[in-house]
Amino acid sequence: MADRVLIADDEPNIVVSLSFMLKREGYEVLVAPDGTQALAAIRAERPRLVLLDAAMPGLSGFEVCEAVRADPGLSGIRILMLTAKGRDTDIARGMGAGADAYVTKPFSTRDLIARIREMLA
Amino acid sequence: MKPAPRRLALVAAPGLALALWALAGGALFHASLPLGLRGGLAAALAPALQSSGAILLGWWLAGAVLAGWLAARLHARHVAAPARLADAARLLAGNADAPRLQASGALAGLADALNRLADQRQTLQTDMARLVAEAQDKVAQERDQLGALMAELRQSVVVCNLDGRILLYNDHARGLFHRALGGQPAGGAEAIGLGRSIHAMIDRALIEHARETVDRHIARGEAAVSAQFVTATPTGSLLHVVLAPVRAQGGAISGYVLLLDDITQDYAAQSLRDRRLTQLTEASRASLANMGAALDMLDYPDLDPAERDGFHAIVRDEVAAMGRRLAALTEDASQEILTRWPLQEMLGEDLLAAAAQHVLARTGRVAGVESADAGLWLRLDSFSLIQALGALAGQLAGPQGMPPLTLRLAPAATPGWAHLDLVWPLDPAGTRAAAPPEASDIAERHGGALWLERDRAAGLAFFRFLLPTAEAGPQAEALEPRPEYYDFDLFAASESSHSLDDQPLDRLTYTVFDTETTGLNPAQGDEIIQVGALRILSGKILRGERFDQLVDPGREIPEASIPYHGIRPEMVQGQPRIGQVLPAFHAYAADTVLVGHNVAFDMRFLQMKEAATGLRFDQPVLDTLLLASIAQPHEPSHSLEALAARLGVGIAQRHNALGDALVTAELFLRLLPLLRDRGIVTLGQARAAAAQSYYARLRY
Repeated sequence: MADRVLIADDEPNIVVSLSFMLKREGYEVLVAPDGTQALAAIRAERPRLVLLDAAMPGLSGFEVCEAVRADPGLSGIRILMLTAKGRDTDIARGMGAGADAYVTKPFSTRDLIARIREMLA
Repeated sequence: MKPAPRRLALVAAPGLALALWALAGGALFHASLPLGLRGGLAAALAPALQSSGAILLGWWLAGAVLAGWLAARLHARHVAAPARLADAARLLAGNADAPRLQASGALAGLADALNRLADQRQTLQTDMARLVAEAQDKVAQERDQLGALMAELRQSVVVCNLDGRILLYNDHARGLFHRALGGQPAGGAEAIGLGRSIHAMIDRALIEHARETVDRHIARGEAAVSAQFVTATPTGSLLHVVLAPVRAQGGAISGYVLLLDDITQDYAAQSLRDRRLTQLTEASRASLANMGAALDMLDYPDLDPAERDGFHAIVRDEVAAMGRRLAALTEDASQEILTRWPLQEMLGEDLLAAAAQHVLARTGRVAGVESADAGLWLRLDSFSLIQALGALAGQLAGPQGMPPLTLRLAPAATPGWAHLDLVWPLDPAGTRAAAPPEASDIAERHGGALWLERDRAAGLAFFRFLLPTAEAGPQAEALEPRPEYYDFDLFAASESSHSLDDQPLDRLTYTVFDTETTGLNPAQGDEIIQVGALRILSGKILRGERFDQLVDPGREIPEASIPYHGIRPEMVQGQPRIGQVLPAFHAYAADTVLVGHNVAFDMRFLQMKEAATGLRFDQPVLDTLLLASIAQPHEPSHSLEALAARLGVGIAQRHNALGDALVTAELFLRLLPLLRDRGIVTLGQARAAAAQSYYARLRY
């Protein structure tokens, strides 16, 4: 069975490319356009990996990450923060919130895919 | 005895004495003879005396006249002349301009010596008077220069003594605190004033901390000894404060200068800039990521046309979004340059006149002036701009000398901008003129531009500055004129060293006040309806720093009381309640001695409000009624009217709180010398005497 990946981002322009790419890589792709729906989808669908944007309407990516890590029932979920917030303080905040990886935009899709494969291996 | 009889006596006395002496000799001779001989002698002499007695009498008379003449001469020479000389010398001692002494004989030398002393003293006095006048002139001049300089400074300046009392401030400082308080506080009282404490506006602890920093710098022998801090005002403005010590010649610190900047806007602008930068960075990253990912997807060879179009659309969409963001940013940035550089608003015509003058001074050439719009205001750094125009004109001199110049100002086609041109006839040979980079920098500082343009049709060439216009004149700050005077004497008075009671009365700062009320009984619901006050500083009434406020009593004003205060119910409508006025008055009166006429009455009203407002007026209080009863104990009445009539103070507006306060203040100042004559010099003595006075015992 294909691994399930959730893309949580409010920008359709990145969601289109990411979901196209991940589907071609053989993953099952879910999409959430804001933080609240992302958290709901995580709880309902239990994706193995979440690509999480930091700046979203509703809950921010950081808050979603904290909520997931606070819930023992969601412990196996891997989180990759994929965001334009690139300051050192942002990265520290993301890792502090419990993200497994932090990738700042812009990024190389090849590296991203490699990273995702590694995380799901 | 009058001079004439005295002189007669003086002249007659030697003659009489001679006669007495001869008679006494004759009597002695007569007494020494035996009794028999006496009779014979008398019988023998009688006929001789009868025939030749006249000779004896004549001889005596001649002797008497001679002796009288001699006595008169001696008196004139040794008694009258020295006495006259003494009188004249006394006169000369009192008045250096009195006629010089004249004497003859032995006294001439003495008179001459005295005259020389007097001359020397007169020269000394004249020199001294000249020096004093010169010194006073210099001090006055320096003070005026300082005042003018302070008034022109764009920065807010406050000078305080070590106790934080304000000796000097400029209009910018007044405006700054005015705005920092969020406009006018009640009663027209300004936030700061001469002799008042700066601690009312800036936390004492902050200033003390800064002073400690300064002390540390000085102790370490550092060159820069100022300290700085940022403080927030009650209304949320941020003030940046630089504190520098005022050091007397000996190096001891006698006060400090505060340079204040309201950085609220700068701070807000800076935060906004930071925020914009972050936003732009993040948005660009996201856009780049979107485009990058879409382009990567386009690399897949097996895309169907719909997918391919979708990824192309993403790239186009993001390119357009980035373009929009950059356009918005440039717009903001040019606005920001205008706010960041200290540009002042200036009438265009004033700029042209000043520039023409500078060009004349620099090139010796009179420049014509043309203004298309007389009411055009510009926002600019006039100094650098005028310098730049001068420099541009200077480099136009060719082999034939300076061409005729014109300065031209006109609104530009773009709203909000104007052209300032330096025009000269187009040289057929072609001028080698080019705008120097410094001048271009100055144009950019205005958010504008500078270029060289040639109008071949009109045969003119010109340097054109594109400059921002201003809406209208500078926002007039409705502020009063410059402070009435600067009191540097306060430097000398460091009051922390000794308590107020030891201070001389004429060195203290007073708040003289009066209230009008609905009636006489605060305990039975009477309320204050007006508070008027002004300040006395170093023996002078500061009319500029007054407190004048009507108060809504929250109850009706009895018709019967209106003749006493002239305040009708409609006048207090919409006025603040006492709960708002008292804090303002409390701040106004802080750190001063309260003075009032029959002040116990007013204090009762203030004390009634203590519980409600939590404000205690616990400073020393003086009552002109009691002081008058001490100064003039035998007068029957010490009412405000009677006292004013006695001391020659005119009453302009009786039963108006501020009017009465003004009269009270003038009475108080006139009572001070009378009290001094009675040995009452310090505040402590005045308070003690007042407590002992007949009226105090009668009334309190």
